[in-house]
Amino acid sequence: MSEKERPSKAERMKMPRQPMPEQDPGERARNFKEVPYGYSPETAMLEASRCLECKKPTCMEGCPVGIDIPSFVNLVAEGDFRGAVRKIKETNMLPAICGRVCPQETQCEAKCLLGKKSDPLAIGRLERFCADWERASGQVELPDIKPATGKKVAVVGAGPAGLTVAIDCARAGHHVEIFEALHKPGGVLSYGIPEFRLPKAIVGAEVKNAENMGVQIHYNYVIGKTDTLDELLEDFDAVFLGTGAGLPLFLHIPGENFIGVFSANEYLTRSNLMKAYDFPNYDTPIPRGGCVAVVGGGNVAMDSARTALRLGAEKVMLVYRRSRNEMPARAEEVHHAEEEGVDFHLLTNPKRVIGNEKGWVTGLECIKMELGEPDASGRRRPIPIQGSEFEMAVNTVVIAIGNSPNPLVPQTTPDLKVSKWGNILADEATGRTSKRGVFAGGDIVTGAATVILAMGAGRNAAASINEYLETGEW
Amino acid sequence: MHEIVKASKIGPDVFHFEVIAPKIARKRKAGQFVVLRINETGERIPLTIAGADPGQGTITLVFQVVGKTTAALSALKEGDSIQDIAGPLGKPTHIDNFGTTICVGGGIGIAPLYPIAQALKNAGNRVLTVLGARTKDLFIMEEQMRRVSHEVRICTDDGSYGTKGLVTNVLDEWIKELDNKVDFVMAIGPPIMMKFVAKTTLPYGIKTLVSLNSIMVDGTGMCGCCRVSVGGETKFVCVDGPEFDAHKVDFELLMQRLQAYKEQENQAMEIWRSNHEIPA
Repeated sequence: MSEKERPSKAERMKMPRQPMPEQDPGERARNFKEVPYGYSPETAMLEASRCLECKKPTCMEGCPVGIDIPSFVNLVAEGDFRGAVRKIKETNMLPAICGRVCPQETQCEAKCLLGKKSDPLAIGRLERFCADWERASGQVELPDIKPATGKKVAVVGAGPAGLTVAIDCARAGHHVEIFEALHKPGGVLSYGIPEFRLPKAIVGAEVKNAENMGVQIHYNYVIGKTDTLDELLEDFDAVFLGTGAGLPLFLHIPGENFIGVFSANEYLTRSNLMKAYDFPNYDTPIPRGGCVAVVGGGNVAMDSARTALRLGAEKVMLVYRRSRNEMPARAEEVHHAEEEGVDFHLLTNPKRVIGNEKGWVTGLECIKMELGEPDASGRRRPIPIQGSEFEMAVNTVVIAIGNSPNPLVPQTTPDLKVSKWGNILADEATGRTSKRGVFAGGDIVTGAATVILAMGAGRNAAASINEYLETGEW
Repeated sequence: MHEIVKASKIGPDVFHFEVIAPKIARKRKAGQFVVLRINETGERIPLTIAGADPGQGTITLVFQVVGKTTAALSALKEGDSIQDIAGPLGKPTHIDNFGTTICVGGGIGIAPLYPIAQALKNAGNRVLTVLGARTKDLFIMEEQMRRVSHEVRICTDDGSYGTKGLVTNVLDEWIKELDNKVDFVMAIGPPIMMKFVAKTTLPYGIKTLVSLNSIMVDGTGMCGCCRVSVGGETKFVCVDGPEFDAHKVDFELLMQRLQAYKEQENQAMEIWRSNHEIPA
């Protein structure tokens, strides 16, 4: 489509945002296949042609990795998908993942001018389309790699932050090795986010690209145990710590150790990383069926609730202490969860897990909440309504209220400064820690956040690592 | 991939493997464990490291067949490989010269006890050892334990070897015999045994540690599956343990939580048995 054939600005304002075809809610709630099918080339071009081509585009301000959104969207509108992918990959090497898991509605799409009058441009869906189109073409292009510098970078953790650093440092000509504690790459992309939201074949393909750029990955390698950080520094010129969210938080209510109470980390790891949903073909077990309560209002809670449905739960209840407005989950995840039949109990807080004499969960006692004045997070503080206790009959409780930082690296690295909560202290712009040559980013620094924020931190840290390796200045 | 360079059966359903894992062999300390996954469809299970040869780059794993994964592991032969081994995990045993220590090992628990007894002896302790099993045939590693102990006393439930009775009877008598001059007790065995060892030493006020073997997935603190209650606080066996103050552990909870997957474990085992056998 040439510029002349593009609809006028006024017409573009009237064009509807193109929906992405997806599996029927009733059907998909019982399988682990990906929910949306993605755009066809025609739909992608039509959607891209809605872009207003603003003189001063604001969408890019909303992107943590600074993708040149107007340029790639314009290339899609013209049908130059190869060019569009190249444009995205100038700043984001993991577009198939970001297109699927970024909270676009609070980032790029929140800044889109179209959104002021109608629905914003579907930037995330277009990014996903480009990445999928390239993968399906069988010709995935690798970025140019600078001549070898002879410098070595160690990356701890093969999650979103670590993979981003590895790719960016490899591009700069450094030798990069990743040390991953688990037996598969991807971090939260593999153990946390379910197959129906992010197929593991896609994670595998993106990791393969990194390997094709020369990045080596060591699995089952637990830094802090198999080697300490100081030992890594003997062999590497710089180290990036992207160890992730770490230890699951529990509610500290009575009965939390009954059998059937899971952290979301455990529940999702069993299902996703260990493929317990395919038991007994895979050896890892997970409870199936019954009534499941999931506690929390973030993406991890939505993933847990939707996983429970797919594991055959008769009823899945989401228990969240604030109201819908305060839910941190992506809008699409909340929408999908509701469509699939997750029963939302908002303004509700668990008080106690009830179990039988053999230690198995039989119920969850909750109390109703109301919203008071805003708290430190700016959200209205939930306050219990006295006497409103009630009981839900459940066999499984999944606690999805966040994580605290994993202590393994700080425990064995006395001169690495951490916050009072145990998060590694690192400069926001450069990822530099208190220890020379050591950088950090992602959830281990910020506490549980999003995949794209971890990638953004990785991007900044990689730039800073490359600069440090060039100048030697700390 | 980790090649099995030596595989032998050392008791009924108990196997001794030496496996290539050079890094872990150099790093491991007494009391630590690994998490392994046999193959692509396997589950992750923790196994205590029973020894290591840093020169050969091998670690020793001693395990009893209790479910599908250990059964499938037992069917591997020398030259076969284990796909994934991560470690060494958990905190090492705090080794010091405590003075007189009694090491209590029950059944398969003798395997993880061995490197700890060895380290205690090397640190200058007087190591007295109580070993127990249901019956004579179930004893493992007795010779090794004798080498790292100043004295060993044996008991069986049925009296087929050593004293007839439980390790707790032998332990209690020994403490009395020593006029309560025991500085430290380390006990590893079935949870019920550890629970009663704790009960035995409590009135004497002897510092007592136990090593817990709970269900784990990642083994690095991420999942919280292995949580136990110690002194009323929830702890993770994988990163806070595996050793805890025996007098503070809620053994009932530990035993309950070990039952969490009995049904699925039995199902998986039945399927495995339908076309495999545990080596004779």
